[in-house]
Amino acid sequence: MNIEELIETEQQERERQAGLRNRILCCSVAGCTAAAGSAAIRGSIEAAIQEQGLPGEVEVCGTGCLGLCGHAPCVRSANLNETYHDVTAADAPYLVRGDRSRFEGRTVRDTDAFYAGQCRVVLENAGRVDPERVLDYIAAGGYKGLLKVISEMTPFEVVEEIKKSGLRGRGGAGYPTGLKWELVARQESPVKYVICNADEGDPGAFMDRSVLEGDPHRVLEGMAIAAFAVGATQGYIYVRGESPLAVERVRTAIRQAEREGLLGNRVLDHNFQFRIDVRIGAGAYVCGEETALIASIEGQRGTPRPRPPYPPEKGLWGAPTLINNVETFANIAPIIRKGSAWYASMGTAASRGTKVYALAGRIAKPGLVEVPMGTPLRTILFDIAGGVPAGYAFKAAQTGGPAAGCIPAQHLDVPMEYESLQAIGSMIGSGGLIVVDNSVCMVDLARFFMEFCMDESCGKCIPCRAGTVQMHDTLDRIIKGRGSEADLDLLAELAGLMRATSLCGLGMAAPNPVMSTLRHFKDEYLAHIHEHRCLAGSCTPREEVALV
Amino acid sequence: MRVRTLEIDGQMMTGAPGESIFNVAWNNGIHIPRMCHLGGLTDVGACRLCLVEVEGQSRLLPSCMTPVREGMVVRTNTPALQKHRKLIVELLLAERNHVCAVCVANGACELQDLATSLGVDHVRVRYRHPQCEVDLSHPRFGLDHNRCILCSRCVRVCDEVEGAHNWDIGHRGTNARVISDFGTAWGDSESCTSCGKCVQVCPTGALFSKGASVGEMRKDRSFLKYIVTAREKHQWIR
Amino acid sequence: MTDTDRAQRLERVMARHGYSGDSLIEVLHSAQSLYGYLSPKLLALVATKLKLPPSRVVGVATFYHLFALAPKAPHQAMVCMGTACHTAGAPELARVFHDYFPDWQVKVGRCVGCCGLAPMVICDGKPQIRLTPEKLIRQVEDLLQP
Repeated sequence: MNIEELIETEQQERERQAGLRNRILCCSVAGCTAAAGSAAIRGSIEAAIQEQGLPGEVEVCGTGCLGLCGHAPCVRSANLNETYHDVTAADAPYLVRGDRSRFEGRTVRDTDAFYAGQCRVVLENAGRVDPERVLDYIAAGGYKGLLKVISEMTPFEVVEEIKKSGLRGRGGAGYPTGLKWELVARQESPVKYVICNADEGDPGAFMDRSVLEGDPHRVLEGMAIAAFAVGATQGYIYVRGESPLAVERVRTAIRQAEREGLLGNRVLDHNFQFRIDVRIGAGAYVCGEETALIASIEGQRGTPRPRPPYPPEKGLWGAPTLINNVETFANIAPIIRKGSAWYASMGTAASRGTKVYALAGRIAKPGLVEVPMGTPLRTILFDIAGGVPAGYAFKAAQTGGPAAGCIPAQHLDVPMEYESLQAIGSMIGSGGLIVVDNSVCMVDLARFFMEFCMDESCGKCIPCRAGTVQMHDTLDRIIKGRGSEADLDLLAELAGLMRATSLCGLGMAAPNPVMSTLRHFKDEYLAHIHEHRCLAGSCTPREEVALV
Repeated sequence: MRVRTLEIDGQMMTGAPGESIFNVAWNNGIHIPRMCHLGGLTDVGACRLCLVEVEGQSRLLPSCMTPVREGMVVRTNTPALQKHRKLIVELLLAERNHVCAVCVANGACELQDLATSLGVDHVRVRYRHPQCEVDLSHPRFGLDHNRCILCSRCVRVCDEVEGAHNWDIGHRGTNARVISDFGTAWGDSESCTSCGKCVQVCPTGALFSKGASVGEMRKDRSFLKYIVTAREKHQWIR
Repeated sequence: MTDTDRAQRLERVMARHGYSGDSLIEVLHSAQSLYGYLSPKLLALVATKLKLPPSRVVGVATFYHLFALAPKAPHQAMVCMGTACHTAGAPELARVFHDYFPDWQVKVGRCVGCCGLAPMVICDGKPQIRLTPEKLIRQVEDLLQP
């Protein structure tokens, strides 16, 4: 495909879609498909279309995450601008007919707070584009960013544009993306690599997986633009082995893009070469750390190595390597298409743009939401996601998985951005947000995260390997009513050691959940220690207490 | 070749470009504690004992893997570093079964020496007492996992110097173990050449010669420098 | 599929990667999906073909949790233990297997990313969602019906 053909294809597909009476889009990411059976519903809708004699007028296809994952499966009716949740196969004829009365109480309109309160950039194609059809992506303006950089811009200008946008890495650390690109672009090397870190392993985080499953071409386009900017010809997507559907979708997307000449030896018939290969993780959380990920792509044990040198200088097979995560790459094409000024107009001064959050736990509408950086937590949880269901009380929100901390009720108005969360002992992390109600014991939650880190520690450096074990043991002792106040000092000391001396981010961040619950919920720790009881009533020391 | 001038613990020193802080300090009589580093092997920066403070750096840096820079100001023995090192040694002692009184390497153990020099007179964390195997299947040597600290010196010497790559690390986290060949008994290994280099570089009593009783295992770690110099510079000097 | 077919397929995968040591993890993935698990014989074959030291192959195979070094039991359950599932009662679900279906091989899994449908268990590849212990017992019994 060359440039003219791309523009023509976009036009044709747009006109075709505009000529349809309706498009019914079934959410086809893992939650809705594998678990809640949206594939079967799609089949029934197909049958209903035949039955009502509407083929060619009404079309059914899959699409990216509609956001209401807690009420799966979800289906969207494109011309009615409505999304229906908890859909069953019996609803199919009504969907095709456009009978809205059937879905009373199960309808979320685009004007409702859930969608109207969001600002969708990364998820803009969810509900519009079928992840398995490259034409759909092109019709939605896809690959226009790549076209623009190839035909109008120099690599230097691309890097400058990303720098001006103020985009920061969405993997957790928040390093300015433009600066990272500049570092790689500046290296003199005949071989460079671009890696997409899709090893999203934080429990409770499913943004990246949803983007890969729902809009894979967007990530490929972002990677291709990055490769053009830094001068790379080979890319890798490192996908978590636990997400087989994401692997499949990405592979399909790469095949399609290569067939259409959007990836390969001559991208868009220009003198720019870029290929992408998929690498599948094999169940190691630590491989989300960039040097461990590199080791894993090289076929080795996924153990991190000390930095510096950082991957932009010495990465995959010793060559300069750019590593960004899925959400970061997913932001690139819109920035190029609409300009850095547009992107920088969203968010706060220090954190530009939007962020996708995965909401789970005790909340009315668990799922995916995307809001501008700096949106208060209260807005996300209560205005958009409907708050905590009746009968439960909000206790805390756990952000960013085992590396981050909790946000208690008194900080509900904190703006969600990198620095302000750090100030209250938490962090954005990758964007998981788990709402915890009063029935959950915070000490138990801390032990849960420590157990996770203990299992996932690679074992290379001593502070992490032995420190996680000791911290887990200490927490276990406290929960079982055999702890003492000296144990709290020990926890603090181990935390200090791990933060200061661990080799990689896993060990450095592992104490965070403990220290943040200790900071905000010390009374729960003390109740376990002094009164051998759990304030949440969830982990009352059972048989063990008899031993004391 | 221009030398680099830097300050370590208040003394001015010089080092060659690319030389590590650890080496420059060591050559000038400042012995930074370490477990995984051994001259002649590539560094991995795993033990975190040789971490030092470098002015202008927010994080502690492993001195064995950080090259000297002009004008660097390094501190190797601040109270904070001492505190960290002490706790790391305590974690190591509690992780497996380090019972000096019945150890072949008693009196010639780098972990024991380090604990003594750091003043570790008791361990504040709980001893884990894991069940660890002792592999005595090799005709000349033994491997006692109870004493292993996973420094990976044996893995590297076997791969880089002997070229056999009998050893590697298997499993992960606290379950990580040094493994031979297919994770099978050392005596059944087809790649082991029985050269004994791993035994000599092991800092503790994890690898030992058979026949050594409590406190009798003495190791010659200087041999490594000897062979590496011989190989690289063609100079056979002890 | 016969053993010859499997061997041929694995050979093709290795050939596609040029028998390079870097492709070890990819090759182990393929080997496992063909044979179900990584037997010592299979690991030895991979080591020889990729010209890697045996301990390196075993070191990698034991590092990653998705590689199985022993044959799998006829029935497999994976209890998701992500944060949402954990707080929604996943530990009780793991106990169900221990108490009622002891012949099932139960693994505690890392977050599957279906947090909105917590808690969930994948029984013989089929995801079961929004579970309670009672519902899980019913679902498993249904699955066991011929």
